[in-house]
Amino acid sequence: MSSLILTTTSRLILPAALIFSIYVLLRGHNEPGGGFIGGLIAAAGIAVHAIPRGRTGLIALLRVWPKALIGAGMLLGIAAGIPALLLAEPFLTQQWPFASLPIGTTLVFDVGVYLVVIGSVLTFLSYYLEN
Amino acid sequence: MMNADLLLTLPILFPALGIALCALFWSNKNAQRAINLAASIGLLGSAIALMAAVHDGTVLVTRFGNWDAPFGIVFVADMFAAAMVLITGVMAVAVGVYGLAGNIEPKENAFYHLLYQGLLLGVTGAFLTGDIFNLYVWFEIMLISSFGLLALGGTRDQLDAGVKYVTLNLIATTFFLISVAFLYGLTGTLNMADIARVLPTVENQGLVTTIAVMFLMAFGAKAAVFPLFYWLPAAYHTASAPIVAIFAALLTKVGVYAIIRTFTLLFDGDAGYTGPIVAGIAIFTMVTGVLGAASHFDIRRILSFHIISQIGYMLFGIVVATPLAVGGSILYVIHHIVVKANLFLLAGVVNRAGGSFDLKKTGGLYRTMPMLGVLFLIPALSLAGLPPLSGFWSKFTVIKASLDAEHYILAGAGLMVGTLTLYSMVKIWNEAFWKAAPENATAAMQSWQADRRTRLIMLSPIVALACVTLTIGFFAEPFVDFSMRAGAQLLDQSVYIDAVFGPAEQLAEVNP
Repeated sequence: MSSLILTTTSRLILPAALIFSIYVLLRGHNEPGGGFIGGLIAAAGIAVHAIPRGRTGLIALLRVWPKALIGAGMLLGIAAGIPALLLAEPFLTQQWPFASLPIGTTLVFDVGVYLVVIGSVLTFLSYYLEN
Repeated sequence: MMNADLLLTLPILFPALGIALCALFWSNKNAQRAINLAASIGLLGSAIALMAAVHDGTVLVTRFGNWDAPFGIVFVADMFAAAMVLITGVMAVAVGVYGLAGNIEPKENAFYHLLYQGLLLGVTGAFLTGDIFNLYVWFEIMLISSFGLLALGGTRDQLDAGVKYVTLNLIATTFFLISVAFLYGLTGTLNMADIARVLPTVENQGLVTTIAVMFLMAFGAKAAVFPLFYWLPAAYHTASAPIVAIFAALLTKVGVYAIIRTFTLLFDGDAGYTGPIVAGIAIFTMVTGVLGAASHFDIRRILSFHIISQIGYMLFGIVVATPLAVGGSILYVIHHIVVKANLFLLAGVVNRAGGSFDLKKTGGLYRTMPMLGVLFLIPALSLAGLPPLSGFWSKFTVIKASLDAEHYILAGAGLMVGTLTLYSMVKIWNEAFWKAAPENATAAMQSWQADRRTRLIMLSPIVALACVTLTIGFFAEPFVDFSMRAGAQLLDQSVYIDAVFGPAEQLAEVNP
């Protein structure tokens, strides 16, 4: 579906959505937000980019098939639980390697969720896109 | 020695890793096959480790994220749960190897391996979880994966079957969700051990019985009991052999597991009320299943109806509720999973070598492959309950338990259904193996005999599972002993509750 309006506006919407989605992802640490809603915002931005450009446009932007994003996200989610197991604590127990910085395994998990959501939405979308 | 956290996490970690890696390498079929097999073997290995840790009667608990029960989600492994996880691991490897023979073409590279691991993840999680809402989540994972596997081929039949399957199962899970909501409203908790200690103090015991019956309906539909079994014969006969084998092994058994778990842990007090209902359900399930099978000539349909029939036996434990009966039910589930999956795997071989799943279009397999006939007879006669095979011991235990408790109608129905099961098995034997091969079947046989690799891949899991059946049959003592102890452990709720909350902690306050 070639649409001049979508093609033009998507150039603005895509970066704005991606930046905002990362803001929401990080904000989810202590306030409403997080990987799920951030992933939806990012996927919406990418969808606006992909709808006028078709499946080739989507792959050109992502560089990988969206299914691979699901796999990568799930791997991150699992990886976030592993350090706790290595320290003989229950799976997914939060670990904070830096005493002063609030960066820990929960963020890794949230990024995993972020990728899984983007991947899932775009996988569904890719079946409806024109080539 | 591994700690409890690791032991309880690994059985779900391997399938989860399998899903993630299959999605990552989704365009590479060989990589997916390797991942699928490796994850299944990992599941089996971790299940063996788990079994080694709990077989003496200890109950292991892990609290995910280190959130204390009843607020966080706990995983609990007692002997019953560990046995179910172990048998899931055995099936995962056996059917996983069988699936490499290329039965799922042409869609294998798309989703088969990913959904297969998804099914294993859902099943394993459902066996291990100690949280009733979490159980719902695992049911959903299982449902979505199995729907995907069922509709994988994309033929008209399969989509039709898939829609029926998913609709009827969604109704069941919705029922489950509503019952969980009621239970939460009544007890204020979702942790199963916590519910178990709060439920007896609830004032409105009438509502507890109502919820128990709602749970029975929800899990009964999952387990395919009378009169909620319609989705099973509508769906199973359309899938390819490895997919239907793993379905037959695991899907209904998760329902049976959930029934046994909730009715031993949560709703034990009102067995007098629900007992006669379950007894009726068990009898009708056995009889309708076995009679339904008698009228069919497609092997997959015959075997599908027999799944329903056998589910009836597994309910004996809930009806009678003695350690012998519950232990007998556990033994029955273990025996049945091995035997039933093996029969479906054999059905796949009959289809490959004999040309069709339809008994009227195939035949003469005993003449060309006498050993295959023997391999068929082991699970078939075991299903019917002939000594000294595994089915004899499990039928013997549940029927003896029902006679001890003076449930004569139940015991009589069990014995009669065993005989009728033999009829169906003999029918398959006569049609597929004994009678002369029809004209059109020779081409299939020639291609089967020419392809040595496929034969090896398809027959080795069948031989392995037949050996398991023979082992349970000839060395029944440790298996019966284990089941009896697992049954006794299930009937003593305090073991489970103490494992989750620690024995010292008393029930401090109870929500009205």
